[in-house]
Amino acid sequence: MMDLGSISPTLLLASLMVAATPILLAALGELVVERAGVLNLGVEGMMITGAICGFAIAVNTGSPTLGFIAAALGGAALSLLFAILTQVALANHVASGLALTLFGLGLSALLGQGYVGIKPPATDKLDIPVLSDLPVVGPVLFAHDPMVYVGLALTLAVWFVLNRTRAGLILRAVGENHDAAHALGYKVVRVRVMAILFGGACAGLGGAYISLIRVPQWTEGMTAGVGWIALALVVFASWRAGRVMLGAYLFGGVTVLQLNLQAAGVALPVEYLSMSPYIITILVLVIMSAERNRAPASLGRTFHASN
Amino acid sequence: MSAALLRISGLTKAYPGVVANDDVSFEIAPGEVHALLGENGAGKSTLVKMIYGLVKPDSGTMTLRDAPFTPAEPRAARAEGVAMVFQHFSLFEALNVAENIALGMEHPPKMRDLATRIREVSDTYGLPLDPYRTVGDLSAGERQRVEIIRCLLQDPKLLIMDEPTSVLTPQEVEILFRTLRKLTDEGVAILYISHKLEEIRSLCDHATILRLGRNVGSCVPRETSARDMAEMMVGQAFEAPARAGRELGEVALDVKDLSLSAPSEFGTALKNLTFTVQMGEVLGIGGVAGNGQDELLAALSGEMPSTPGAVLLKGQPIGRLGPVARRALGVLAAPEERLGHAAAPDMSLTENALLTGAQREGLLSRGFLKWRATEAFANRIIDTFDVRTPGPDNVARSLSGGNLQKFVIGREVLQRPEVLIVNQPTWGVDAAAAAAIRQALLDLAAGGTAIVCISQDLDELMEISDRFCALNEGRLSDIKPARGLSVDEIGLMMGGAHGMDLAHA
Repeated sequence: MMDLGSISPTLLLASLMVAATPILLAALGELVVERAGVLNLGVEGMMITGAICGFAIAVNTGSPTLGFIAAALGGAALSLLFAILTQVALANHVASGLALTLFGLGLSALLGQGYVGIKPPATDKLDIPVLSDLPVVGPVLFAHDPMVYVGLALTLAVWFVLNRTRAGLILRAVGENHDAAHALGYKVVRVRVMAILFGGACAGLGGAYISLIRVPQWTEGMTAGVGWIALALVVFASWRAGRVMLGAYLFGGVTVLQLNLQAAGVALPVEYLSMSPYIITILVLVIMSAERNRAPASLGRTFHASN
Repeated sequence: MSAALLRISGLTKAYPGVVANDDVSFEIAPGEVHALLGENGAGKSTLVKMIYGLVKPDSGTMTLRDAPFTPAEPRAARAEGVAMVFQHFSLFEALNVAENIALGMEHPPKMRDLATRIREVSDTYGLPLDPYRTVGDLSAGERQRVEIIRCLLQDPKLLIMDEPTSVLTPQEVEILFRTLRKLTDEGVAILYISHKLEEIRSLCDHATILRLGRNVGSCVPRETSARDMAEMMVGQAFEAPARAGRELGEVALDVKDLSLSAPSEFGTALKNLTFTVQMGEVLGIGGVAGNGQDELLAALSGEMPSTPGAVLLKGQPIGRLGPVARRALGVLAAPEERLGHAAAPDMSLTENALLTGAQREGLLSRGFLKWRATEAFANRIIDTFDVRTPGPDNVARSLSGGNLQKFVIGREVLQRPEVLIVNQPTWGVDAAAAAAIRQALLDLAAGGTAIVCISQDLDELMEISDRFCALNEGRLSDIKPARGLSVDEIGLMMGGAHGMDLAHA
């Protein structure tokens, strides 16, 4: 029987932010990578590697903070492999990225063999006196784990660095026209490697958020396609940080809502509900990006400083 | 002359299999405009890249103001006062003017201060420019202003310009030259690379001529004829294309009120084009790049179909037909972009010969390829047009620009077209190959083919066209007989100087 009354708007909004954070973190990293002109399809692999690295370290040290740091390092380490393949060995971006995803899934399964069925240490939630106790606004905005706010801060930071600093200008220039950037004397490969490492670290954080907070436990392949959604989100968000956040929250929101609707027994086939987050997010972002949707001009092109 | 700003002696740079520069020496004084002349592959680019710190010389020395000059990277060269305006603009289309300029500076000021300085410099040198416009929306002339202002903001002592006028209208060239003269009056030295000999004669004080990486001579351009300079570049005398007197036949191609919307965001819409070309006639269509040239070629070749009556071949409507059907009727085309449009870069010359020659040369039989006949056709192109390649099995990409261009044009010419449309037939081609291509077009016209030649090289159009018109923002100017047209008239037909009315308050 349908029972919409069982859905609490406050809880819905609060869990929306939790559902959106892993996508947001991974997508922000990939946004920076793509603005530098690199197409890294290995987000899923880096996320799952981050998930197990973070999980293992958090379990062994008892500290979720150390876990997240390990996750970022793990994701970055895996992305270094991609950086070597594409920037040094000049391998094809698409093939290397797909390989990275497959490799990451396998590696994480291997690393995670001893960790199935264990509970990780709990991450403390923010508890701000007064603010966290406000009705509705309190639980929705001010009673989350710190990573939710890291995601929001990162959105702002990525936007600011890309659009308001010289480092961001150089990064965009490298992604726009690597030959011209090289001719002006900028280190195309160095900029790209750093962007790739940043992307890897962000994907690792996103993965660890799933294994340490959202789920929280370790199972093989637990990222379940979130990396691919983050990748798609970057494109549909027209490579802009604000829209990536909007898309991630929209996707998270519809995901949580449809789960609630399923639980409430809405008379719609489950398959339709399950596909609704994808359809609605894509629709909204496509409509929003209709006016000018231009990818970085050097995206996915291999750079070789031969001439 | 001990007052030399830059002195280069014995500079040598070798790449595997080719010596790009072999013992090159010359010097430039402050306030001098020094021309660097040579065909494609003569080593001009490598030489300036060494001066700009992009390439390290194998041996030889450079001195700047009598101090050793060994820039490890462009940044170091810029710090010493060497600035460069690139041949292919090194701009970022998605960024705005101020951001582009900031990228070329070592210590850019805040964006707002930079915008003010851009306006100041653009006022001083008569180069109007709005710092907040996106570069992707600018014309070629305006883009060049961005590059020049980027250089000027660094107080250069030596300005290197690589083929700066190839994309400008005559009026814009005049503006550029005024700016350059103003700079030399202030003591800036300019190293000027160009193919255009008349320009060099009017602008430059000295010229150094390179051939196959060697310094083969120098001259004072004002006192040397363009023809003598060309022969020094090529190392041999060559024939200027000869135009045989010929009778024009009936109208072969009749374009009536042809309008097409822009194929993409950065494309140009064609607006009410009307012209005719008679058999045996060469119609030259000038204009600055990006004013509808590619679209016009696509509309005539059949890549972009139009209304049936907009394009008539000998009275027969062909506007709806695609390229294959038009080719079968004798309407052939050679587009501008050699690699990727006119030829498939990674396919062999034989395969490329098949791609457009299949119908008219009968190279297919019930869906199967006639490999031997195709190879024979490719060999015929190679022999007739003196394409320098080991054989027809080599991929198109492996040919030099000039050789591939000869192949691409030759492939269409040998198919006995009724109408031939070419776009930039000699773009980036050395003087001797360009002369051969122009001669082939004239010979073809003498045989009764109607030719539409779209080009940005006005000297070329004046040399081979019977009538001339220009494309400007997708519209066609009046069509006038080419003989006796003045540079001013041509410039106005091309739309004058772009963006000069821009407000810069």
